Amino acid sequence: MAETYFNEMYDANGLRAPYRGLEGWYQDMPTEFRAFKQAEAEELFRRFGITFAVYGEGGDPDRLIPFDMFPRVFAADEWRRLERGIKQRARALNAFLSDVYDRGEIIRAGRIPADLVYRNEAYEIAVSGFRPPLGIYSHIVGIDLVRTGADQFYVLEDNCRTPSGVSYMLENREVMMRMFPHLFQENRVAPVDNYARLLKRTMASVAPAKCDRDPNIVILTPGHFNSAYYEHSFLADLMGVELVEGQDLFVEGDFCWMRTTEGPKKVDVIYRRIDDAFLDPLCFRPDSALGVPGLMNVYRSGGVTICSAPGAGVADDKAIYTFVPEMVRFYLGEAPILENVPTWQCARPDELKYVQENLSDLVVKEVHGSGGYGMLVGPKADKATIETFAAKLAENPSNYIAQPTLALSTCPTFVEEGIAPRHVDLRPYCLVGRDVELVPGGLTRVALTEGSLVVNSSQGGGVKDTWVIAEE
Amino acid sequence: MILTVLHKTRYDFATPVGGIIQSLRLTPARCEGQKVLDWRVEVPGAVMGELFRDGAGDYIQTASLRSVTDHVEVTVSGTIETQDTAGVLRGHRERVPPRAYLRHTPRTAPNRAIRELCEAALADLAGAGDLDRAHALASAVHKALPYTPGATHAHTTAAEAMNEGAGVCQDHAQVLIACAHLAGLPARYVSGYLNATEDGSPHEASHAWAEIFIGGLGWVGFDASNETCPNEHYIRLGSGVDAQDAAPIRGLVLGGAEETLDVTVVIEAQQQ
Repeated sequence: MAETYFNEMYDANGLRAPYRGLEGWYQDMPTEFRAFKQAEAEELFRRFGITFAVYGEGGDPDRLIPFDMFPRVFAADEWRRLERGIKQRARALNAFLSDVYDRGEIIRAGRIPADLVYRNEAYEIAVSGFRPPLGIYSHIVGIDLVRTGADQFYVLEDNCRTPSGVSYMLENREVMMRMFPHLFQENRVAPVDNYARLLKRTMASVAPAKCDRDPNIVILTPGHFNSAYYEHSFLADLMGVELVEGQDLFVEGDFCWMRTTEGPKKVDVIYRRIDDAFLDPLCFRPDSALGVPGLMNVYRSGGVTICSAPGAGVADDKAIYTFVPEMVRFYLGEAPILENVPTWQCARPDELKYVQENLSDLVVKEVHGSGGYGMLVGPKADKATIETFAAKLAENPSNYIAQPTLALSTCPTFVEEGIAPRHVDLRPYCLVGRDVELVPGGLTRVALTEGSLVVNSSQGGGVKDTWVIAEE
Repeated sequence: MILTVLHKTRYDFATPVGGIIQSLRLTPARCEGQKVLDWRVEVPGAVMGELFRDGAGDYIQTASLRSVTDHVEVTVSGTIETQDTAGVLRGHRERVPPRAYLRHTPRTAPNRAIRELCEAALADLAGAGDLDRAHALASAVHKALPYTPGATHAHTTAAEAMNEGAGVCQDHAQVLIACAHLAGLPARYVSGYLNATEDGSPHEASHAWAEIFIGGLGWVGFDASNETCPNEHYIRLGSGVDAQDAAPIRGLVLGGAEETLDVTVVIEAQQQ
């Protein structure tokens, strides 16, 4: 393959600084030792129980996502800029949510079309006009990033509801530290293990005004059949909070209560890992057995905080995505630090025309799709696939957006023959409460198939530990 | 006009149930033309949550009972002074942007019959104002669905009612909402009461109608069942995107047993 991709370890000048500490490590590693370590890693993951699919991709819940031992490394100065950009974006997204459920200034100012927001399926009328504690809607913002050059990063999408995968970030590090302790003595890798503590602090900071004590925080899971159940229970353990299902909670009077052996205990903050539609059968889907009947009334009368706030999804829609840089300028009065991928809205006739004429060069995605399903990767598709897709696109253009195929950066990865560059992306998890915080790291996904640009685990993707080299 | 309301909803259970929880939208809206003189919502044995007002301006309250042996009764009793505002909703504090009411739900999704009805109703109205168009749609719905109790049920969608060619106030409201959306007008479902006798004698009075947002006027009520705009005979409780969302009572029985429902609403105009 022509070297048109940015290689994060080697550039034109040779070895890049952040990877200096790894050079001897992999070169000196005997093949048998490597195989032994790889088996050990798998054993550790099995023991931890991490076998779920990332990002709600579905698939076999017992399948192990391949772990690649070669870390992905950022230098301190690279990370500083990313951190500023991520925090900026997370603040802007929250400002947008707080605005569109209030006066809608950005719409009045003509900066975002009203219908894109108010006719969006994720816009919840039930919470319009209600201000959650501190005006925060998205308490954990997962921002998917790709890199195309030394200083060039693009945001692929924002996840404002309940981004998953953070347990991989934590476990990948844990496994690496167990297997290669000396690497962490030789390299000043910034720790990520305070994530759970920061998450708990974030949730405590948005406790309702009615809560006059140490807030009782719970994690609400759909149950063990959910593909991310492991993550829910893992986070509950780390945070030292209860993991509950809908049936463990009930509403009485102005509060939400948890059933315990010592009687009902008031719940102040719910970190929910179920979708809006299932939260409360008395407000949303009446057939939901996963939620808590009456919860939305307690929420709207200030008796409990729900994280993320119902309705937060209107900020991470693929059609809204285009406007996030505008949000940064409008609410923060700053220039966006992170760039969006140029995006064509197929709903607009002129842009649709361009997309139709250039299908073989573009990536076309469903507006509401996720997990890499239902999308066309033009350069990798054969003629028949493109024709089939073109027909679908013509039928319902507004269901699609298109983006150029990005030259995703590569990171060295262990493969059959040794080490080879493979394409990677990054999802950091930004916490938004009284403070905006970001642990130095995130989840790196890697496309293990040679030449593949699709990092989704459902399509041959794996994960890596993500290092940020601490400041000197 | 002074109206008194007595609205009882009784649930009887064949065997004891593990609990009941309800979200009640049973307190009249605070708006011009409605002055509550006295109003009570009672559920004996229930823990009542505080009455709060949501973004749409509705008063909502939670009622819950941990266990129920054989029955629960929700009683609404009150007196209200009403005035005719020609259907226009004024002095109503709400914060939901009207354009959020352009989205349909499964219950208000249009089908071909609704599209045709809408097109036919507006055919001769090119260039007409939104108010005239809304009136035309309400009349068309009135004619298309003769009032026929029993033809539809609580879960009937607008499309199903159109196929049936008959319906009650719920169906009229939902079909009108579907039509208004097609015409590009924000529309929503309103639950309330209607005093329908001239002499003020007591009678069954639960009712529903639609509100359509008209530029320059705001929200205006349209009762397609009676081909009129709400007047002093109407009491507005609250609104929603469809009948389910605007239901005066949304409830859930835990550990469900066989349940029989009995609703009586009596409304009476006081002699002045």
